[in-house]
Amino acid sequence: MQRKGPQISSVDRPLPKGKSEVSLSAFAFLFSEIVQYHRTRASSIAELERRLEDAGTGVGVRMLEILSYREKGNRREIRLQGILQFINTNIWRCLFGKVADSLEVYNDDEYVISDRSPLVNRFISVPKDLGDLNCAAFVAGIIKGVLDIAGFPAEVSAYYAPVEGQIHPRTNFFMKFSPEVLDREARLGT
Amino acid sequence: MSQDIDPLDLEWRNRAVLAQEAGVPPGVHSLWIINKSGGLVYHKTYADIPHIDVNETMRLASMWHAIHAMSIQISPVEGCTGIELLETDQFDLRCTQTPTGTKFFVTAAPKTLGLEHLLRSVYDLYSDYVMKNPFYEMEMPIRCELFDTNVLSAVRNHNAQLGNY
Repeated sequence: MQRKGPQISSVDRPLPKGKSEVSLSAFAFLFSEIVQYHRTRASSIAELERRLEDAGTGVGVRMLEILSYREKGNRREIRLQGILQFINTNIWRCLFGKVADSLEVYNDDEYVISDRSPLVNRFISVPKDLGDLNCAAFVAGIIKGVLDIAGFPAEVSAYYAPVEGQIHPRTNFFMKFSPEVLDREARLGT
Repeated sequence: MSQDIDPLDLEWRNRAVLAQEAGVPPGVHSLWIINKSGGLVYHKTYADIPHIDVNETMRLASMWHAIHAMSIQISPVEGCTGIELLETDQFDLRCTQTPTGTKFFVTAAPKTLGLEHLLRSVYDLYSDYVMKNPFYEMEMPIRCELFDTNVLSAVRNHNAQLGNY
């Protein structure tokens, strides 16, 4: 094969925009296999959730990097509010095609992103014997990956929160930040 | 094909009306799903029809599996895909088989229209909420909450549309 035009090295080429959509079915089957893979290797529900979280962390690390390039002009957020908004809008829109339903403050160091029906759980019915298992732990891992690599170490967990008047509970992603994050925020001022 | 039936056709009206007069509930009665080896994996009733015991349903399902296979063998022409419609005075049974050998069938009041479309949408729901569920084991009975609720609303939708005819 002969290439036309002058050769451009890959670092000089502009970053591709990236396809905005992939097949939901293909993703759903892949995710289903990921859950089954970890389920056979985990001895408890907590361990399964931790394994899913670990699997998501790698996605988060890469997402921060590529979206900082694509959408933020090669800059990353250094303030807590900024990074939370970035996850709530940019990351969510790129991964799930929509903005998360809400972002709330619980405490000074505790924040919650809420989603009525996370994409990863769309086709999943958790059997009764697995209790409160929420496969969106994978998404919690993505959030954790973004926060960790951006310099906001935090504990992130996913859990079901019942909504009044609705059969299906929404999923909350609870983030608890390390004290050093808040110290730095206080130092930087408003 | 029930779609080709003219709703004003006399025979069509007669059977539908006679069944209704005999007390057959209108619309869809029940849904069955049989795996490729003839085991019953899903059975739900949606109308007020006599209850069938669990063991009996499993026996009936494997029998239907056998009759379906027989119909392919005794067909006088090549390429027969098995029984699609069974008509009786009290109910219609419409069956469809997927390329992987899973059979879906519904029972409904005689001459209920569009059952093949209902089966098609149940197959869609099956591939979404059963096959993509990591907690479902292949060929085992289906216990998926989302599948139950979506099939129920598909059946209700179908029954509601029937009111238009």
